[in-house]
Amino acid sequence: MTDRDSPVTADELHAYVDGMLPADRKGAVEAWLAIHPDDAARVAEWRALAEVVRDRYGAVAEEPVPARFDITKLTRPHMPWGAIAVAAVLAAIVGGIGGWVGHAASTPAPTAGEIITAEALSAHKLFTAEVRHPVEVRAAEQHLIPWLSKRVGTNLRIPDLKEYSLKLLGGRLLPGPIGPAALFMYESPNGERFTIYCSKSKKPRMALRYQSGGDVAAMHWVESEIGYVVSGPDDRERLAKIAQTAYEQMENPPARGAALPPISHKGL
Amino acid sequence: MSGFRPSVEAAIPALRRYARALTHDAELADDLVQDTLVRALRSEHLFHGGDVRSWLYTILTNLNRNRLRSLARRPAHTSIEDNDAPDAAGPEAGGRDIERALASLVDDQRTALLLVVLEGLTYREVAEIQGVPIGTVMSRLARARIQIKTYLDGARPSLRRVK
Repeated sequence: MTDRDSPVTADELHAYVDGMLPADRKGAVEAWLAIHPDDAARVAEWRALAEVVRDRYGAVAEEPVPARFDITKLTRPHMPWGAIAVAAVLAAIVGGIGGWVGHAASTPAPTAGEIITAEALSAHKLFTAEVRHPVEVRAAEQHLIPWLSKRVGTNLRIPDLKEYSLKLLGGRLLPGPIGPAALFMYESPNGERFTIYCSKSKKPRMALRYQSGGDVAAMHWVESEIGYVVSGPDDRERLAKIAQTAYEQMENPPARGAALPPISHKGL
Repeated sequence: MSGFRPSVEAAIPALRRYARALTHDAELADDLVQDTLVRALRSEHLFHGGDVRSWLYTILTNLNRNRLRSLARRPAHTSIEDNDAPDAAGPEAGGRDIERALASLVDDQRTALLLVVLEGLTYREVAEIQGVPIGTVMSRLARARIQIKTYLDGARPSLRRVK
């Protein structure tokens, strides 16, 4: 990368203009521009464009903030519709989740399950897109499960999904709706990624539910006050099978009645 | 989250600027900002750290995308002010030209360009806001710049004038 003679890419020209170029490439780009007048002209044009945009709109941020944006006026706590807005925003963030399948008729406000599913799908979309850093701690590192178990507050068990050709890449810690959440990522040989999201739930137990949105979908359930969300490409049948396997491996043997059942380390 | 509200408040001027550039309509822009703030404040309990500003940009970006989707069946863009002189030259025309050029972009490209150029966000932040890999942000940016140049050079994208 630090080789001054390596050719400069178009991406680097953009990064140069936007101030995102690594310092060790700046010299190479400037040397390149000195002998490539076409690229130098493009860079100058992009800079001029940025200036025009900033000239045109920059002043808006200098205007006094109108009274309608008074934070205290905008905050009306405990509105029943507030929770719906939360769901709407989360849905928007997840990107194109249209409607909460199967819930709208019976429950006007989003359930904890819907919120955790939205968070899980959001995390799924964000981190499965990461090529180089999909996980924080890789599967090979032995402290992965003890660490995330401790943070989430339960003994997590990681399902073995080899029968679906899914290999565990590793996991990461995330903020969840009511406490820390763990996200485990699996990958198939052709690069498809699935995630399992685990976080404390206020509900003690909930049956499996499916939710589709755009090209990704999720299966969610709650057992022993831990919510689980399995997310992956939107193929209901396959996702349901994977979720069922994960469920069986994680919840077996079930310790009904205990808030935090003792869990054996079978299957790790 | 004690710093949450001050962080939201501090972001308002920049959100207004971003919304204005997205919509070219002061009233519509402020409506979007207000929606964003209301939703963010109601969801405060879901926010457990991270960058409040990025989160607000994400909400606003999504709200605007939803708005455009709902407008998709209508024939034209919202009009750009009145006395729309036909491409007058000179410095006064510069502002309107850039508005039209931005309006000619696909939403994802316009969003990426404005977040980087106007709002000064990093490629990584924009990738997170748009929910796509960084490479996609870069290609949106590149295409936005090509399209704007094409537009400002006086050619329509599919009807390039032969000089």
